[in-house]
Amino acid sequence: MSILVIAEHDNAELKPATLNTVTAAAQIGGDVHLLVAGHNCAAVAEAAAKVAGVAKVLHADAPALEHGVAENLAPVVARLAADYGHVLAPATTFGKNFMPRVAVALDVAQISEISAVESADTFIRPIYAGNALATVQSKDAIKVITVRGTTFEPAAAEGGSAAVETVDAGSEANDKVTFAGLEESSNERPELTTARIIISGGRGMQSGDNFAMLEEIADKLNAAVGASRAAVDAGYVPNDYQVGQTGKIVAPDLYIAVGISGAIQHLAGMKDSKVIACINKDEEAPIFQVADFGLVADLFQALPELSKELDKGA
Amino acid sequence: MKILVPVKRVVDYNVKIRVKADGTGVETQNVKMSMNPFDEIAVEQAIRLKEAGLAEEIIAVSLGVTQSQETIRTALAMGADRGILVETDEALEPLGVAKCLQKIAEKEGPGLILMGKQAIDDDANQTPQMLSALLGWAQATYVSKLEIADGKAKVKREIDGGLENLEIALPAVLSVDLRLNEPRYASLPNIMKAKKKPIDTMSPADLGVDVSPRLVTLKVTEPPKRAGGVKVESVAELVDKLRNEAKVI
Ligand SMILES: Cc1cc2nc3c(=O)[nH]c(=O)nc-3n(C[C@H](O)[C@H](O)[C@H](O)COP(=O)(O)OP(=O)(O)OC[C@H]3O[C@@H](n4cnc5c(N)ncnc54)[C@H](O)[C@@H]3O)c2cc1C
Ligand SMILES: Nc1ncnc2c1ncn2[C@@H]1O[C@H](COP(=O)(O)O)[C@@H](O)[C@H]1O
Repeated sequence: MSILVIAEHDNAELKPATLNTVTAAAQIGGDVHLLVAGHNCAAVAEAAAKVAGVAKVLHADAPALEHGVAENLAPVVARLAADYGHVLAPATTFGKNFMPRVAVALDVAQISEISAVESADTFIRPIYAGNALATVQSKDAIKVITVRGTTFEPAAAEGGSAAVETVDAGSEANDKVTFAGLEESSNERPELTTARIIISGGRGMQSGDNFAMLEEIADKLNAAVGASRAAVDAGYVPNDYQVGQTGKIVAPDLYIAVGISGAIQHLAGMKDSKVIACINKDEEAPIFQVADFGLVADLFQALPELSKELDKGA
Repeated sequence: MKILVPVKRVVDYNVKIRVKADGTGVETQNVKMSMNPFDEIAVEQAIRLKEAGLAEEIIAVSLGVTQSQETIRTALAMGADRGILVETDEALEPLGVAKCLQKIAEKEGPGLILMGKQAIDDDANQTPQMLSALLGWAQATYVSKLEIADGKAKVKREIDGGLENLEIALPAVLSVDLRLNEPRYASLPNIMKAKKKPIDTMSPADLGVDVSPRLVTLKVTEPPKRAGGVKVESVAELVDKLRNEAKVI
């Protein structure tokens, strides 16, 4: 049976998490169809048709679908789902927000944030902040699944040539929820979830201004800047910097934790990074237990040094 | 208006969990259990709304084993007015929980249901969205700011790209994020008072809900351990290792 993947996008561009979700779908096996639901999003549908491994693109266009409001999007997905064995979406705040409503409409369980596909009905998912892995089997006729992006390689964005089919976008603009604007964080850097290198700051940074030291290094490494919950709570940086159980899950080639103690909830978001380095003045901090390269030092000395050292040619 | 707050009993967030040797699950015997941290934030928000004169009664609901009563007591000690325990030994899944909560909401008629955004044991992040869909009420997840006026809620939601603003009609189901508030500690007199507050007990069957699981957990394993713990002596050594050994910069 075919698999329906719900694309995440902003009506202009496909979000990268969609590509990881396509890979998970391909591993389940079967034709992969990609639903692009939005408003004036034909360009996204065209981009979706080029994704390698996608057999068909379904394009649903309506004003009510512009902002991905869950109450409007879920019924469109649920109506299409009847023809599929699996419905997949990225386990981002976009996918997590509406997929449980699709599950309710189909009266099936949702399998949240899978990290591996065992077979068409059996999946692995992290529980307890990733401190345990559960292998779960679903007996439901239609499997509703969200996918953790970091554990599936992205499908190639080019190379496919799927047909684009227009589908019923529904008329259910609900009157209970009104979208009242997005406050996008003005971040010019690579996105946390796709960056190859991330440098994150914690409470040890002491202020938002001091994050400039991390930015300087990030510029030299073309890295994204992240943060611990404590740094976000203290107002040093906006919420979308947060890495962890309840923030973003990342797995870059290199993660540098600066002034972060390494609480379970922070580790949950970054311990699958290929290489972990840390700078912390407390040699007992738990972050050292997961770090491949730990430096016991005062960050206010180490960061300027690091910045200079990086200038000394590669 | 009434506010309904579902509170889940989970392994305390400070506990380093252990996977059972036979791979059937996570050790919960002799482990400190607490209210799911997000649910504490939901309880706190309900109390603040009551203190602001926007709500009259706060009902804390928990589903699970007998000891879930303790979690309800914690909510009562913080300031909730009464409790409902839906008692079962069944391993609950979000869909079953949401269906029970739907029945309770239909009976109690709250203007607002405040929930945690996710339970830190199953990390499902489903129940509020499911409950909202079952009731046909508006939903707002990951709420970090809430204003209520004129039968409407204005919320800020923490999403991957920043913050989203929504205006939603009441009744509604909200799931709360970490930065909405800092929950209070219950004072000793309030803990004593909470012992006298009523808790109604019922079963899923009393509510007419079948909570038998839809998923089979075949096994639970430990994730691969990282071989960390290596220290470097200087910034120069760090950069050298990252460049020449790990080859990541
Ligand atoms: C339900 C729940 C969910 C959570 N979700 C998340 C999450 O998603 N992400 C997350 O990060 N946290 C999360 N937390 C919070 C987590 O438990 C920790 O409180 C948080 O990660 C601590 O942040 P921190 O390491 O920056 O601060 P701290 O623990 O205070 O550590 C600061 C570190 O900086 C070091 N330091 C201080 N000054 C210097 C200096 N001059 N030079 C070098 N080092 C210095 C200190 O030695 C210390 O190790 C969650 C908590 C709960 C209860
Ligand atoms: N057994 C339960 N009893 C009470 N509330 C629950 C229960 N399970 C889930 N919830 C509520 O649903 C939220 C999200 O849980 P989950 O969907 O399991 O991540 C929790 O923060 C609680 O508010």
